[in-house]
Amino acid sequence: MNANDAVLVRARGVHFAHGTRVIYDGVDIDIARGKVVAIMGPSGTGKTTLLRLIGGQWRPKAGTVEFDGVDVHQLGRGPLYELRRRMGMLFQNGALLTDLTVFENVAFPMREQTKLPESMIRDLVLMKLQAVGLRGARDMYPQQLSGGMSRRVALARAIALDPDLVMYDEPFAGQDPISMGVLMRLIRTLNDALGLTSIVVSHDLQEVLSIADYGYLIADGKVQAQGTADVIRESQHPWVQQFLRGLPDGPVAFHYKAPDFASELLGSNRKAGAP
Amino acid sequence: MSGAFSIIQNFLSGLGRAQFFLLQVLGSIPALLLRPRLIVQQLYYVGQLSMVIIVLAGSFVGMVLALQGYRTLIRFGAEESLGVFVALVIVRELGPVVTALLFAGRAGSALAAELGLMRATDQLSAMEMMAVDPIRRVVAPRFVAGVIAMPLLASVFAVMAIGIAGGHAIGVELLGVDAGSYWSQIRGSVGIDDITDGLVKATVFGVAITWIAVYQGFNAEPTSEGVSRATTSTVVISSLSILALDFVLTAFMFK
Repeated sequence: MNANDAVLVRARGVHFAHGTRVIYDGVDIDIARGKVVAIMGPSGTGKTTLLRLIGGQWRPKAGTVEFDGVDVHQLGRGPLYELRRRMGMLFQNGALLTDLTVFENVAFPMREQTKLPESMIRDLVLMKLQAVGLRGARDMYPQQLSGGMSRRVALARAIALDPDLVMYDEPFAGQDPISMGVLMRLIRTLNDALGLTSIVVSHDLQEVLSIADYGYLIADGKVQAQGTADVIRESQHPWVQQFLRGLPDGPVAFHYKAPDFASELLGSNRKAGAP
Repeated sequence: MSGAFSIIQNFLSGLGRAQFFLLQVLGSIPALLLRPRLIVQQLYYVGQLSMVIIVLAGSFVGMVLALQGYRTLIRFGAEESLGVFVALVIVRELGPVVTALLFAGRAGSALAAELGLMRATDQLSAMEMMAVDPIRRVVAPRFVAGVIAMPLLASVFAVMAIGIAGGHAIGVELLGVDAGSYWSQIRGSVGIDDITDGLVKATVFGVAITWIAVYQGFNAEPTSEGVSRATTSTVVISSLSILALDFVLTAFMFK
């Protein structure tokens, strides 16, 4: 491990596939320490996959993913779990434990991973909930929370053990403008105040670029563009342009791959009743 | 031919995965014993909440057995043996088997659905990312609780069926069989072996049902259809396994 290394997460030549569908075809990504890094791309391009690869939940077919100089996929179960204690992850739907209250959800990693006395856990949980503005909701159950509140509780849980890295999986998806603004502010503020490193996976390009120090646009299995927010916004790369301007056609085709339309309507293969 | 081969191959690989899963669960039990609160909590969910249907089912099965037994025994003037008839059928067979079938329907399906939904809503993945082993934290307490609950529920079933509201209520209170004969014949004919055999059966069924339920739920496809399939599979596979295991165990216990 090299604490002086400016890069906390380093992915090199990562190949990954779901069955025959290639998700990553040689991806290199660096996540710099202390920064908020955005991972952007169209739906289904494997943005969430990257988080699962960093967390060691999935294994790449080829290539390496290092966290603080340690190859995540070379670790046995015990050391991998040790490493995960230094990571927090916010899942798209919050993934709160539904049989526990908000307070118990945030206390969960503390109770499981530490031997802190209950009085200290109480104080720490209240501090984490205060940070996300939900101290007053501590006795509520996840099913009583709105989507935005669930994610804020999940964020409090993700930072419960003061991790080095927090990974956000589509934190803005389906959020109203107020919740989105709150989450954006929280991600940036917590990152700076707690000295975290943050990876924000999102397809809300404008929003995520407004808080990110650096961004990667992933599509078609590769990194199509990278740089600071301004560099990405000004890129003339067709992927970036389609993504930024929300064009229906471009590198991401409007029509899914299909045989020729005319021959399907009029050709010899046409059969009565065939779909 | 290749279709049959593929079915057998799938079955065997599934069985292998399930056995590996069971080994993982069993391996996490020693650590779990340090946190008995987790087991007690699950005992409430799988055991206590199954109690009502077990009590009702035990009562009705006992009442039916008493009526049917009385009708047959009275033809031979042996109605005083009603207690033995009801007790042996319940202790050796119907107690563990019917309790297991009800347990599979009530607690097994609930376990599979709960774990399947936890999978579908990323709760299990979230635990893994919090460096908490979901097999140790979620699966093992449910498994242990299920295994403990089954023989206890089968005992409750037997008590209800033979006594309180079942055989005794119909045989003694309604049909007029002498209470002394009813209970003394049970005491004289039902040995400790019969009770042990019944409890062994109930425990084996408990292992089978909870193993199937937690395996199906934990490995459910993370979709509503996947959760539904896991729940259905749990009930169907558990029920058939109970009946098959009952035959195997009875054959071994047959003297």
